[in-house]
Amino acid sequence: MATDTLTNHSAHAPEHEHHDTGAIKVFGFWVYLMSDLIIFGSLFAAYAVLSPNTAGGPTPEEIFELPFVLVETFLLLFSSFTYGMAVLAMNDDRAEQVRNWLVITFLLGAGFVGMEIYEFHNLVVEGFGPDRSAFLSSFFTLVGTHGTHVTFGLIWILVMIFQVSTKGLTDVTRPRIMCLSLFWHFLDIVWICVFTIVYLMGVL
Amino acid sequence: MFGKLSLEAIPYHEPIIMVTAAVIGIVGAAVVGLITYYRKWGYLWSEWITSIDHKKLGIMYFLVALVMLIRGFADAIMMRSQQAIAAGGAEGYLPPEHYDQIFSAHGVIMIFFVAMPMVIGLMNLVVPLQIGARDVAFPFMNNLSFWLFAAGVILVNVSLVVGEFAKTGWLAYAPLSETAYSPGVGVDYWIWALQISGIGTTLTGINFFVTILKMRTKGMKLFRMPIFTWTALCTNVLIIASFPILTATIALLTLDRYLGMHFFTNDLGGNQMMYVNMIWAWGHPEVYILILPAFGVFSEVIATFSKKRLFGYNTMVWATVAITILSFMVWLHHFFTMGAGANVNAFFGIATMIIAIPTGVKIFNWLFTMYRGRVQFTSPVLWTLGFIITFTLGGMTGVMLAVPGANFVLHNSLFVIAHFHNVIIGGVVFGMMAGYAYWFPKAFGFKLDEKWGKRSFWCWLIGFYMAFMPLYVLSFYGAMRRMQSYENTSWQPLMIVAWVGAVIILLGILCTVIQLIVSIRDREKNADVTGDPWDARTLEWAVSSPPPYYNFAHLPEVNSIDHFWEMKKQEGFAAQAPTQYHDVHMPKNTAAGPIMGIISIVFGFALIWHIWWLAALSAAGMFVTFLMRIFNDDIDYHVPAAEVERIEREHHKRLEMQA
Repeated sequence: MATDTLTNHSAHAPEHEHHDTGAIKVFGFWVYLMSDLIIFGSLFAAYAVLSPNTAGGPTPEEIFELPFVLVETFLLLFSSFTYGMAVLAMNDDRAEQVRNWLVITFLLGAGFVGMEIYEFHNLVVEGFGPDRSAFLSSFFTLVGTHGTHVTFGLIWILVMIFQVSTKGLTDVTRPRIMCLSLFWHFLDIVWICVFTIVYLMGVL
Repeated sequence: MFGKLSLEAIPYHEPIIMVTAAVIGIVGAAVVGLITYYRKWGYLWSEWITSIDHKKLGIMYFLVALVMLIRGFADAIMMRSQQAIAAGGAEGYLPPEHYDQIFSAHGVIMIFFVAMPMVIGLMNLVVPLQIGARDVAFPFMNNLSFWLFAAGVILVNVSLVVGEFAKTGWLAYAPLSETAYSPGVGVDYWIWALQISGIGTTLTGINFFVTILKMRTKGMKLFRMPIFTWTALCTNVLIIASFPILTATIALLTLDRYLGMHFFTNDLGGNQMMYVNMIWAWGHPEVYILILPAFGVFSEVIATFSKKRLFGYNTMVWATVAITILSFMVWLHHFFTMGAGANVNAFFGIATMIIAIPTGVKIFNWLFTMYRGRVQFTSPVLWTLGFIITFTLGGMTGVMLAVPGANFVLHNSLFVIAHFHNVIIGGVVFGMMAGYAYWFPKAFGFKLDEKWGKRSFWCWLIGFYMAFMPLYVLSFYGAMRRMQSYENTSWQPLMIVAWVGAVIILLGILCTVIQLIVSIRDREKNADVTGDPWDARTLEWAVSSPPPYYNFAHLPEVNSIDHFWEMKKQEGFAAQAPTQYHDVHMPKNTAAGPIMGIISIVFGFALIWHIWWLAALSAAGMFVTFLMRIFNDDIDYHVPAAEVERIEREHHKRLEMQA
């Protein structure tokens, strides 16, 4: 009974009934990223506690190769830049360009993941796997979790390349490209922390 | 082929488990048989299982919670019976490895699969209605959250019959939960049940946080939101900020157990105290995730039935916010005896005591709301009064525990058990029972039977005091928690008193079951025709009971805290049908949620038993289901204005007949 009297009858054009679903999606994704950041925070904390516990195994400075990791870092940083170009192209309504930038981003990201797998593989072959010491457990878990995120990002990029090609830039695909953009830059920021705290502070 | 799984995993030699399994099997078969006989599978699938309607999801959460309450209570009364018998060399009827599983399962079930779904169920049912929204921000995700939660419930129950459950206590402290000391699948059941349902909870937290911030109707500023919505908002902030810590902690334990890593092991550099810190960094906020919405329920109930505006709305909000923030600064009080040092313990002890201040503010606000009000002693009010007294007591024993010096004496004793049951039963359970009685008519269109509701309350209240006050006393004589048996026969009389208390609580649960049956029988007599059976104050009472699936034909506009109440008091407020209706934009039901939920059960089960191919297959299955959902653009529709008009007209016709 009350909704009727609670509502302004003459002027109830449904404009205030319309929520901007795209904006809500992007906001919701921000909130998700913050919760994901807490997972990374927990893993960083675990790394900080456990990194001195090498248990007779290798120490950080013995196994990290900074030049190699620097190349990795630049691959990811450049991929963030190229993703930014994709978003700019989206704002100009150029679906073709969006797709091309996404392809380049994918290749850079795949290069990053490939290098990480190579690094992990070498460590395991040398007998420095995650079961060797608490330091290595926390190292593999922190860096590996980031790498897993990047891998999911790559799959997501493939999906978006496909959707932009088939559906174009619509009300459905645009928020998704924005969310993926947030995700990709977020992973970049997390990597900067990984690079600083794990690699730089480990070697210096 | 089947990993560690073989027929030996089924405990044939344990008569208690086999009888329980048989009973569950018979009841389950009866339910399935009845659904098939009445040809209701299609109805269940299209109207409930695939539903994205927040009201139906809320009902399903609460239903599962009530069923699991019975399961969790069965564990409780078994423990009480064991302790009533096993004194002075007597072994009782439960061997230690079974007893240990029971106290672990009891804690896990009561917190994760009873208290959490009750809280989330009420949030689902009430919050969108209170803020004048048609649905939550992400309806599909809401359905998925429920099914991930249900997957956790099913995994816990499977552990009863296939294999075993953890023998580690409800938080699976490392290194006891490591492979070296818990080689069986019990801890793995714990891991995957909590991990899967915990992800569902995180998604719920994000969903309702965004819903409350972005979907409020016109004019509903933050400081015009009902208090229950405020407490839900704070609870969701806590979920978003704390559940990822649980996810991470369980993941690290998983890596230790599955890949031989060394986060929490005794050797190769593992750090056990890190586990305790991490699990409680989630665990302490978790108790406020449960209690804040209960505070919200009491606030709604006491204002409605005192016929007064809630006393101190602003202080209530700020007290809630203060508790939200403080809850992250006290986790170390769960392990003062770790040896962090006097200064650290002093900081956490004082921080803990400070929480009593905003909580005290709330208590006085409720008391002053009743002061000079015309309080109607309905069953929700009885639960609230029982809460105010019981929770104040429990809060004070909590302050006692917060004194590090006293804590060294009381740590791991029955005092701790008595304290947290004092606040969880007195706070969360009473709150959820109040909310259940208060919002039941909104969900189903008829009120619950008052007589049986009050009987349930008195049984719970008396039963609680009889069951837990003796434990406080026993703790001073040195009785520890988690004892399968004890030597000192002088403890036995009080243990028997506690057992009697548990039996009285059982009567309370039976009263609730009878209440439900009686209420369904008398549904015509207790029908809620107006949609506002309590003459209440907030927007959920402005629509019919049960509300139409689109909630509001026209989104309401509010300009004060108790806008609906004030409108009712204005002169000339009568049911006037609107002149025109509009199409309503609504999301479509989806099968993706339940399918992913079911596959996640297989996924968890496969990982528990090390059936790697099945785990990979089910992970791929979930991924493909999700992809199909993403590529499906046909996810919403418009309810035509004529349909809205028909439904609303029907409601108005009922209203006029009532008048």
